Amino acid sequence: MADALIAITVLWGFVFIYAVMATMDFGAGFWSMVYINREKTKATNIANRYLSPTWEVTNTFIVALVVAVYSLFPSAANILGTILLIPGSLILLLLALRSAFLVFSNIATEYKKPLTYISGIAGIIIPGLLISVLPITHGHYVDIVNGNANLNLSKLFTSPNEYAFIGFAITSTLFLSSLLLADYSKASNEMEAYRVYLRDGKILGPISLIMALLIMLTLKSEVGWLYTKMMEDLPLLLISVGFFLIIGYGLYASNPFQKGVRGMPRLAVIAVTIQYLIASYVYGKAHLPYIIYPNVTIESAFTDPNSFKAVFITYIVGFAILFPGFIYFWSLFMNDKRYLRQKGN
Amino acid sequence: MSDILIARSLFGTTMAFHIIFATIGVGLPLMILAAELLYQKTKDQDYVVMAKRWTKAFAVLLGVGIPTGTIAGTQLSLLWPGFMEVIGRVMPLPFQIEIYAFFIEALFMSIYVYAAERIAPWMRIVSLVLVAIGALSSAVLITNVHAFQGTPAGFRYEDGKFLDIDPWAAFFNPSFFVTAGHVALSAYVVGAFVVASVASFKMMKNKIGSRVYLFHQKALVLSLVVGGIFAFLTALNGHESAQYLHKYQPEKLAAAEGLFETQSHAPLAIGGFTDPKTKEIKGAIEIPWALSFLAGNSFDTVVVGLNDYPEELWPPLFIHTLFNGMVFIGSALIMVPLLVFAWRKFLKKSHYPRLMLWGLVTTGPLAVIAIECGWIFACTGRQPWVIYHILSTAESATTATNLGPLFISFIVVYIILGLSVVFVLLYFFRKNTELDDIERAEKKSTPLFSSNS
Repeated sequence: MADALIAITVLWGFVFIYAVMATMDFGAGFWSMVYINREKTKATNIANRYLSPTWEVTNTFIVALVVAVYSLFPSAANILGTILLIPGSLILLLLALRSAFLVFSNIATEYKKPLTYISGIAGIIIPGLLISVLPITHGHYVDIVNGNANLNLSKLFTSPNEYAFIGFAITSTLFLSSLLLADYSKASNEMEAYRVYLRDGKILGPISLIMALLIMLTLKSEVGWLYTKMMEDLPLLLISVGFFLIIGYGLYASNPFQKGVRGMPRLAVIAVTIQYLIASYVYGKAHLPYIIYPNVTIESAFTDPNSFKAVFITYIVGFAILFPGFIYFWSLFMNDKRYLRQKGN
Repeated sequence: MSDILIARSLFGTTMAFHIIFATIGVGLPLMILAAELLYQKTKDQDYVVMAKRWTKAFAVLLGVGIPTGTIAGTQLSLLWPGFMEVIGRVMPLPFQIEIYAFFIEALFMSIYVYAAERIAPWMRIVSLVLVAIGALSSAVLITNVHAFQGTPAGFRYEDGKFLDIDPWAAFFNPSFFVTAGHVALSAYVVGAFVVASVASFKMMKNKIGSRVYLFHQKALVLSLVVGGIFAFLTALNGHESAQYLHKYQPEKLAAAEGLFETQSHAPLAIGGFTDPKTKEIKGAIEIPWALSFLAGNSFDTVVVGLNDYPEELWPPLFIHTLFNGMVFIGSALIMVPLLVFAWRKFLKKSHYPRLMLWGLVTTGPLAVIAIECGWIFACTGRQPWVIYHILSTAESATTATNLGPLFISFIVVYIILGLSVVFVLLYFFRKNTELDDIERAEKKSTPLFSSNS
């Protein structure tokens, strides 16, 4: 039991890291499209300054996630692969267009606008499809025909719960990315862009919260077992909601360190990350022991113990080697004033 | 088309498209590194300009290579869930370790491009070395899974169950080093000859002896030296790969050579077509005894023929042509740099005639065709197995039907990406000419690497 639990925790960790990085990534792409005609605010420049060096690293996490699923829970990967053929392929197609046109838009400057529109729009649809994997694992959209699992697409796309998840993914993407970009533009001393993103964060925060409540509401009627188990951790859920107060403080209060500046975006970014961490912990815990309800559990899908041991060792060694690389990367692109405060592009 | 054939065609199309970018993505960093090192040695600005321009091309190609690689990795699970279940259980390490290689490449690629002007020159070289190592390791590790498919190891297979699993023994399966070596070496061949193609094309377009002509001449010489060396090493390794087939997958070698009768003193068939009805090869040039010698270093070596296997286990016979194409192009690419060298050194000719330049232009596309032939040969030659003599392709395929619309959507997206990548490259290099970059490099104050327009 212990090994399978460690494995699902690692997997959950990857899901969470990718979810946070991807929301910032896809969100930044979308904002860079939205503000492309408002050159004076530099909002688009800020989004691109964040995106250009990071998108490849973010993309690597989704591959890491897929690999973790099949190396830790191979038989779950078998069924997931079968039922996710259509949504998974759609994600891949959009991801290909999005990444390629993101790169192209920075190279073919004369065609920047149409290229940015394609990548921005493709990018904002992806989180909605990605999150659909969660309701699909709740099981009731999966039919078993002749012993083969099959995803019932019409049932999936007529379910309010699915739309609550999609709405939550898209608003969260915009919410988290606007907070991050607010922080990023403040660090870059682009105060006009900062005010734009701060305003977006203020609008999107409450909308994301409503979407989260809608998920709970629709879960209650559609996926009773999950809802009941999540409500067992009601105190944690309430704490998670309570973090909104800190985020709100970070957005509205005047900055004690800088005179005349409203907001502490770094505080808001940290608070929102903790908020989502707590909420996803409650969700993940309630989801256990099922990977796909009701037939696939972490126990039944767990890999060979020898393979798990080998894989686990590579995780430790691999990330120990990579850690300094991540720090160096962070210091060059998130914390170096020469990069952040460059003129023009 | 049957569902299984569509699934195979879809995945094959993904791979055929991806490997163009993946292979150049492994090969180009070595060329960039060579140019950077030459600059440190000669202090000739042209080499920095080369490094910059190749880096830009590399970044654009990654824009397609990375997402198509993501597609390939995920599509494995979507189309071949049964296969990936086995891989996840027995052979998870290469994919797992490849992730770290991938991270190293992504992190240091961004550092090399977007922080070029802020880090010390030695750190730039270190970043580039890490990018090259990351790219090479990814290729080696992914190919290791392919090696495992041909020479599975690290488990006991009984009644459809995988027992006594040893993931490291699977990782170091018998053909790992030979197969991965072949892919790595040939990627450097492709990277070099793609550069040679562009350089010779530009030499034709510019006046002999002009600044731009001389710039590309330096690039051409560098690429021919690198390309020639690695083409030779690829051939040496290729010989060993064929001997591994003889040892581990004899029916694949038999189909590659169109050999039906098991025999010693077997002939080597070059060209021609294999006829499954008459069970003979037609229109080929046969070199007596050569195949036996190549397979086992002795004319007495008994080479197994296809007749020893039931026909439903034969690989498709057209792989003979693919195999020939790969070997033919590979050999030509060893000769080309030697001929150019002889022309310059022994015949003492100082200029490159137009016909020779045209010939050189074809080397890049030919190198790409050779790796396409090689991969299709290697993967269809394993059929009907996805894991040799353990798991059949049909058993591992998705149970989903109606794959046709998906196949079409992916083809459409690949066409869009393929056309736009060519368009973007042409656009960028037309707008940023060699002279622009040379000028930027001479004026130290303006940034070279992060310059965009």
